[in-house]
Amino acid sequence: MKIMVNGAWRELGAVRLAEALVELGYGERVIGTAVNGEFVAVAARATTPLADGDRLEVLAPVQGG
Amino acid sequence: MLELYQTALRSRLLLGTARYPSPAVLSAAVRAAGAEVVTVALRREAAGERAGQGFWSLIRELGVRVLPNTAGCHSVKEAVTTAHMAREVFGTPWLKLEVIGEDDTLQPDVFGLVEAARILCAEGFQVFPYTTEDLVVAERLLAAGCRVLMPWGAPIGSGRGLNNRFALRALRAHFPAVPLIIDAGLGVPSHAAEALELGFDAVLINTAVAQARDPVAMAGAFARAVEAGWQARAAGPMEARELAAPSTPVIGTAFRG
Repeated sequence: MKIMVNGAWRELGAVRLAEALVELGYGERVIGTAVNGEFVAVAARATTPLADGDRLEVLAPVQGG
Repeated sequence: MLELYQTALRSRLLLGTARYPSPAVLSAAVRAAGAEVVTVALRREAAGERAGQGFWSLIRELGVRVLPNTAGCHSVKEAVTTAHMAREVFGTPWLKLEVIGEDDTLQPDVFGLVEAARILCAEGFQVFPYTTEDLVVAERLLAAGCRVLMPWGAPIGSGRGLNNRFALRALRAHFPAVPLIIDAGLGVPSHAAEALELGFDAVLINTAVAQARDPVAMAGAFARAVEAGWQARAAGPMEARELAAPSTPVIGTAFRG
C-alpha cells in the first residue's frame, strides 16, 4: 500500500506503524511520529494500523532557535 | 536566581542552537555563554540520515536543559502535535510555543497561540509562549496557564534590539512577578544589557551569536552584558533628566564672586 512518508509516497508492506518504521530503516533511533496529523507515542506504535493513503511524519531532533 | 517553572537557574542567558558554522562551535558557544538552557527543534528526517541522533548526543553531552520549540507551526493543530512529539523525544514538559501568523515578520499568531497554550497547559506542558509585547495577549496567556512569557524584542533574526520600549516597560510593570524573557530580535550585547536593565528576567539569543564572525567570543560577550544588565537593575539606575546637573560640587568654585 502507498503511505506518504514525510511528504513523499512510499510503497510499504507493513500494516502497523512499528513495522513500517523498521521497514523504512529507522530502527531504534530517537524519533517522534504522527499519522494523519495525530501524534502516535512510542508505546502505541506496535498497535497503530496504517491504511493506504495515510500520511506519516517522522521527526528527529535538530538545531532550533 | 532565575526561577522558571520551579527550576532555579544561575544563568539569565538562554541560547538557541541553530545556524552555527559547526557542531564544535555550537558546543564552545554554549560553554562560553554559560547557558543552562538551549532551544532545540524537530524536523523531518529520512531513514538514511543520522544528523538528528548526532545532534541530540551533542546536546546531551553539554549537560544543559533543553527547551523544545514548535518553530514553523502555523496552526494550533500543528503546534499541539509537534509539542506532543517534542515531549516524548526530548523527555521534558518544557515547550517554547510558537504559532507563526505571518511569514515576513514571523509575527506570532496570538489568537492561535492563546488557544494552543490553553490546550497544552491543561495537558501538563510547561509552556514558554513566544508572543508580542501586547498586554492583553499576555493576560490571556497567563489565564491559559502559562507561568513564563517570552515577548519578542524585534522580529526573529532581525538584530534590531528592543523595538517597542514603551510597551515592553508597560508589560514589565504590569506583571512584576511573572518571569519575562526577551526572545528574538536582539543583535548585540548592549541590546541584552538594556533588556535586563529594564527589568526583564532573561534573554534568549540565537542568530546574534551563531552568525557573529566569532560565535564563541560573541557568546561570552552576551554573557557579560546580561550579567552587567542584571547587576545594574539590582543596583537601581538613576533617573534620566532633561538638563545637566553638575557632578563636581558647585560650592567653593574659584573665580566666582
